[in-house]
Amino acid sequence: MPRINSTAELEELRKGIIAQKDPDKPCISICAGIACLGLGNDQVISAFEEEIKKLSLEDKVDIRATGCHGYCEKGPIVVIYPEEICYLEVKPEDVPEIVSQTVIGKQVIDRLIYTDPETGTKAAHQSEIPFYKNQSRLLIGNSPKINPASIDDYLAIGGYSALAKALFEMSPEEVLDEIKKANLRGRGGGGFPAGSKWETTRNAQPGVEKYVIVNAHEGEPGAFMDRALFTGNPHLILEGLIIGAYAIGSHQGFIYTRHDTPVLRKNLDLALAKAKEYGLLGDNILGSGFSFNVEVHLDVGIFVSGESSALMKSIEGMPPEPRPKYIRTSVTGIWDRPSNLNNVETWANVPQIINQGYQWYSSIGTERSKGTKLISLSGNIVNSGVVEIPMGTTLREIVYDFGGGIPNGKKLKAIHFGGPMGGTIPESLIDTPLDFDELKKVGASLGAGDMLVLDEDTCMVEMGRLFLDFLAGESCGKCVPCREGMRQMLKILTNMTQGEGKEGDIELLEEIAGVVGEAALCSLGRSIHKPLISMLKYFRDEFEAHIKEKRCPANFCKELN
Amino acid sequence: MSEIIIQIDGREIAADEGMTVLQAAQKAGISIPTLCYLETLEPYGACRLCSVEVEVRGRTNLVAACLYPVEKDLIVRTRTEKVDRIRKVILELLLAHAPEARGLQMQEYAEEYGADKNRYEKEPSFCIQCGLCVRYCAEIKKKNAICFVNKGPTREIQFIPEIASKECWNCTECFPLCPTEYLQGVFVLTKALAFPANPMGPTSAE
Repeated sequence: MPRINSTAELEELRKGIIAQKDPDKPCISICAGIACLGLGNDQVISAFEEEIKKLSLEDKVDIRATGCHGYCEKGPIVVIYPEEICYLEVKPEDVPEIVSQTVIGKQVIDRLIYTDPETGTKAAHQSEIPFYKNQSRLLIGNSPKINPASIDDYLAIGGYSALAKALFEMSPEEVLDEIKKANLRGRGGGGFPAGSKWETTRNAQPGVEKYVIVNAHEGEPGAFMDRALFTGNPHLILEGLIIGAYAIGSHQGFIYTRHDTPVLRKNLDLALAKAKEYGLLGDNILGSGFSFNVEVHLDVGIFVSGESSALMKSIEGMPPEPRPKYIRTSVTGIWDRPSNLNNVETWANVPQIINQGYQWYSSIGTERSKGTKLISLSGNIVNSGVVEIPMGTTLREIVYDFGGGIPNGKKLKAIHFGGPMGGTIPESLIDTPLDFDELKKVGASLGAGDMLVLDEDTCMVEMGRLFLDFLAGESCGKCVPCREGMRQMLKILTNMTQGEGKEGDIELLEEIAGVVGEAALCSLGRSIHKPLISMLKYFRDEFEAHIKEKRCPANFCKELN
Repeated sequence: MSEIIIQIDGREIAADEGMTVLQAAQKAGISIPTLCYLETLEPYGACRLCSVEVEVRGRTNLVAACLYPVEKDLIVRTRTEKVDRIRKVILELLLAHAPEARGLQMQEYAEEYGADKNRYEKEPSFCIQCGLCVRYCAEIKKKNAICFVNKGPTREIQFIPEIASKECWNCTECFPLCPTEYLQGVFVLTKALAFPANPMGPTSAE
């Protein structure tokens, strides 16, 4: 493949790729997301490959192992194009029938399509399944349509057109302005306006080399949307990153991700190599004169390395210990140079904003939270998976319309957002909209978008203990409030769940939490008390029952009942 | 270097650009308690005992004085109710590990802030993880014979036997920095377990 040297060459190549694709040619799109692979989809993929080979259909049928389709609950998922027939919970033994009946025979296999558990209504196409029906899958919707290893697939769906537009039709200032006007807010948890952050880095330390970074260190329990998106469509994030680098004036980027997601690493390396080969990365991108390179860095297996200053230390080759951010990392980051860090989903939003404009983007969402949001839906919910919906959707809609409600006839008790640094809100606040500020007001910051649904059998004391227990293994242990505060809070909660809670424990928890939240060194340390505080706010009586009556209202704590 | 006027506890103080709040306070004779701070080492910001409240353009924040840089019109409050409460809790949390610590003015601070050493169940690990030994060895001696291992509440200091067996004999400069005797204890243990053959130091053969 010769490198592309202009927008005209890019468009010509795109036309060529699209022309070669026969829209009527059957394609078997098999989800190779983490959940589906865990459910044995690798065997389904091999079974399809064997069957197609056996029937000598290699030239007539395409097989595509793709990124996450989102409906993890019903995996392994297989979609047959061009009809878009969606089969759920597919087993290797179903494969010959799918090929003969559906791929060749164009017949729908009734038992493999979606059946509504209540009404019995069937849905053969992905777009008709309630889980998918009203989503706005602007970011993740392309995943079933592309092979993450194929840059041509990404080009065929219009990939890198935003980069070409930014480089040839816009000045860096105009790109920055577009992002600022779109009011794109950081998807990693803070909700900080991405445009302002870019601008800070752009203007910091004139003449000094600047860096742009993708934070793909998704590490909290219950968060799996970033790796789903990044593994399934790596070029989307890469395109956003290059556009950001152009706006900021950076020529070196970093992708920081986990060491334990080998599929993501493989797809990333391939995407970077291909983009370089095509002239979309490296020197003189698309002949524009703008040069930019990217390196992938792996973590050392600790949650705190996703904290921005710790992450940057880690890239420098030092232990991932946070430093105080009295001078922000956007001004003084990696090797003390201005470094702009954004989360995977934030970067993924950039190309569509450039392509369709800030007016289009800001028409989606609420007044202060724009665009769509990926949500990892898990816990006591009928449909767990990755959901993409506009900001402003209520939690009730997420739980009941997309999530299908609570399984086993149980009642909804609470929703927990943002993992071990987030907050829990009770069922009574379920009409709260998905919005950075609204959720913060009720004590549950949106976080990265991990939404854990809890039913009536959940013990809140145990939930609080569980999160602290997780953090105990993931904090660096450098500062006293976080290390020692966590040790004591964990001890108190453990005692409570074992029937050894004492009068005054709640007040002591609140006292320690107050100090940890104020005095800890980094944003992780200053957040470890948040789940506990929200639980004490809404479920204080449960904590009191554990202490005073030695009773677990949810009948969970074995030592008490 | 240009001079910056800041206010600490109501007093106007002249500080140099690039100074931290702690340095400016020390220069003016205002004492802020510290545990992990040592003039010759890079500020570390781990003990948080030097937490103070700063006000910049009407906004108040709690920051570590050892790291926070001075800036024009900065207002610092070193003894607010919040600051005192935080210092008390920090000391209580640490005294659970080292109730009798003599160094770093631990007992004096405990008295000043009313910290109760029996507030929490004792966990006699003796180390308060000020990191003075680790940082002194790395920054001043450039030997890295002692380091932190593990993470979160399981974090602890450990000598690296391969380096310690060569470097520590004629040094032991970190011993007096330790607020407890824990560091010496760890060294004795390392010696006994990792290089028992020559407990008195490298032999002539080496």
